Amino acid sequence: MALMSYAQAACSALQSAMRADAQIVVVGEDVGRGGIFGQYRGLQQAFGAERVIDTPISEATILGAAVGMALAGLKPVVEMRVVDFALCAIDELVNQAAKARYMFGGQGRVGMVARLPNGLWAGSAAQHSQSLEAWFAHVPGLVVVAPATPQDNHALLGAALACGDPVVYLEHKELWGLQGEVDASQPARLGEAETVRAGRDVTVVTWSRTRHAALEAAALAEKVGVSLEVIDLRTLWPWDREAVLDSAARTGRVLVAHEAVQVAGFGAEIAATLAEESSARVRRLGAPRIPVGYSLPLEDESRITPQAIAEAAIEMRNAPDPQR
Amino acid sequence: MHETPDAERALALYRTMARIRAFEDAAEEASKGGVAAFGASLAQAKVRGPLHLSTGQEAVAAGVCAHLTTSDLLTSTHRGHGHTLAKGAAMDRMMCELFGRAPGYNGGKGGSMHIADFSVGMLGANGVVAAGIPIAVGAAHALRRRGSDDVVACFFGDGAINRGPFLEGLNWAAVHRLPILFVCEDNRWAATTASEATTAGAGALARAEAIGVPGTQADGNDVFAVWEAASRLIAEVRAGGGPRLLHAITYRVKGHVSVDVAAYRDAAKHDKELERDPLLIAAGRIGDDAPLEAIGREARAEVAAALAAAHAAPWPEKQAAYRDVQDTGAGRWR
Repeated sequence: MALMSYAQAACSALQSAMRADAQIVVVGEDVGRGGIFGQYRGLQQAFGAERVIDTPISEATILGAAVGMALAGLKPVVEMRVVDFALCAIDELVNQAAKARYMFGGQGRVGMVARLPNGLWAGSAAQHSQSLEAWFAHVPGLVVVAPATPQDNHALLGAALACGDPVVYLEHKELWGLQGEVDASQPARLGEAETVRAGRDVTVVTWSRTRHAALEAAALAEKVGVSLEVIDLRTLWPWDREAVLDSAARTGRVLVAHEAVQVAGFGAEIAATLAEESSARVRRLGAPRIPVGYSLPLEDESRITPQAIAEAAIEMRNAPDPQR
Repeated sequence: MHETPDAERALALYRTMARIRAFEDAAEEASKGGVAAFGASLAQAKVRGPLHLSTGQEAVAAGVCAHLTTSDLLTSTHRGHGHTLAKGAAMDRMMCELFGRAPGYNGGKGGSMHIADFSVGMLGANGVVAAGIPIAVGAAHALRRRGSDDVVACFFGDGAINRGPFLEGLNWAAVHRLPILFVCEDNRWAATTASEATTAGAGALARAEAIGVPGTQADGNDVFAVWEAASRLIAEVRAGGGPRLLHAITYRVKGHVSVDVAAYRDAAKHDKELERDPLLIAAGRIGDDAPLEAIGREARAEVAAALAAAHAAPWPEKQAAYRDVQDTGAGRWR
C-alpha cells in the first residue's frame, strides 16, 4: 500500500505496464513534460521519446494515429487533455477506432486507451466542463471506464491496457489531486461495480466524482434515519447490471446520480433497465440541460451536490408506495 | 537520375492495371440496381450499396504499389479496389467481400468501402475522406519501432486535401520524419463537384511543400511516369529521409458512385479525357509485339472465376453479426 494522488496512481500503473510490455506507447500533447496534470511524469525520461510521443495540437491525428499504431501492432495510450477536445477527433474515435475490428472482419484490433478527462472543471466554463460518457457508451465497439479513486485509477488503467479493445478512459478533471491508499497488487475487472456503502432504504447508483458526493449524501441521510446504499459502477460499458438489479431488489428504490446532463444521460439507460427488469422505483438526478456557466452561481447550477442527492433519496424513502 | 521499368516490369505494370480494370468492370456490372436511394431493388444486385470505381485511375495504384512489399503498409480510400489488388490481395476473396459473402476478406462486414487485406499490409479502404492519413501516421510510428525500413503508402483523393487531417497528418509526419509516401490521387472530382471549384491555391503538392513535405507531380495516367516518380520518392522515404508526397493527376472515368452517370460533366471534355486511358497509354509505350491481349484475356478469366466463386460462396451466418465487436462487454445487448 502506498499513499498516492489520483494522477500518480495512473502514472504508476502506466509505468508498470510499459515496463512489462514494450508495445505500449503514449501519444499526445505535452506528455514528454509529464502531462498537464502530472499523469505522465517521468515516463519520457524512462522510456524515451519514441515511446512517449509528443505531438502537435492535432486531436484528429492523435486519435487517428493511435488507430494506425494499434492496427500495426502497438498498444497506444492516447492523451486528449479534456474530453471536450476529443470532439475534434470524434470521427477517429467513433468511425475508426470503434469500427475497425468489426468492419475489417477481425483482421485487426484497436487495443488503445484513450484518456479523455471528463466532468465539470471549476471555473473552466462550457468547453472544458462536459460529461460526455453517454455518447461513448452508445457506440458499439467502445469500452467506457470512469474511475473515482486513486485505487481504481491504478487498477482500472491496468485492466484497460490489458483488455485489447478501444477504451474511453474518463478520469475526472477535478480528481487529479485526490489522495488515497493504493494497493498495486489489487486488480480490477472491467464491468464490475463496487458497492461502496451498504444500506437498506435507497440505492444510489453513480460513478466518477459523484461517488464522493453520494457518500457524503449517505452521511447526511443517515442523520435523518435514511440508509443509502452507494454503488460506484466504475465501468459504464459494460456496466454491472447484476449489482444494480440485486441492490434494487433489496432496497426497492434506486436513485441514479451523475454529473452529466440528465436528459439522455447514461442514467436513463439504467433507469430504463430497472423499469424493464425490476419493480424498484427509480429516479434520476443529473445536471440541467444547460451548458456549464463560468460564474460561480451559474456553475453551481450544474453541480450535483451531496445535499441534492440526500434530498432526492430522502424524498424517495418518504414517498408513499405508488398504487398499482 | 530516372530509372525506367524494364520490359518484364512494364508487362507486370500493364497486368496489374488490366486486372484492376477487369475487376472494376465486373463489380460495376454486378452492382446494377444496388443503391436503394435510387429506387432500385436491392434484391437484384449482387453488390449492394455505393460502389466507388477506380476505373481510369489504375496507373496510380499499379505504379506506386510495384515498389512495395507485403511488409510495407498501405491505407486507402473509399475508392480502394485498385490499391487492394495492386498490394497483392486475391481477386476472388475481394469479389466475395463485395458480394457480402463469408469467405470475403472482411467476412462480409465491410464490403467495397472497407475492403482490407491485412495479410499483405493493406490496412483498409475507408468510408471517410482523409481518414487514412492519421492512420498512416500511426502505422508509420509502428514500423519505425520495428526497426525495419518498411514504409507506409497513404492514398487519398484531391477532395481530402481540403480536410483538416491532411494538414495535421503531413505536419506530424514531417516533424517526426516518418516513413510515409503520401499519394494524392487527383482525379479532379470531389464527389460530384469539380475540385478546382472548391480548392484554392496551387493544390496538393504546393500545400505539402509549404508544410515541409517535398514531392513530385506526375501524370497519373502514365503508369511509367508514376512508377518512376514513386521509385525515387519511396527510395528516399526508405532511406530515412522523412515523408514525401506524390501528386498523381489522373481522371475519374466513372461517376462518384456506380449509379452516378456524372451528367454534370461536359461531354466533349469527358470524351477527350477518355482518349488518355492509362491502358492505352501503356500499350503504346510497350509496343505491338508484347502479349497485351493475352494479359487482358487472363485478367478477364481471373475475374470470371472470382465472380463464380462469389456467386457460389456462402452467406455469413447471422451469429457473425455479434462477433468481432469487442471482447469487453460483448454480447447480444439491447
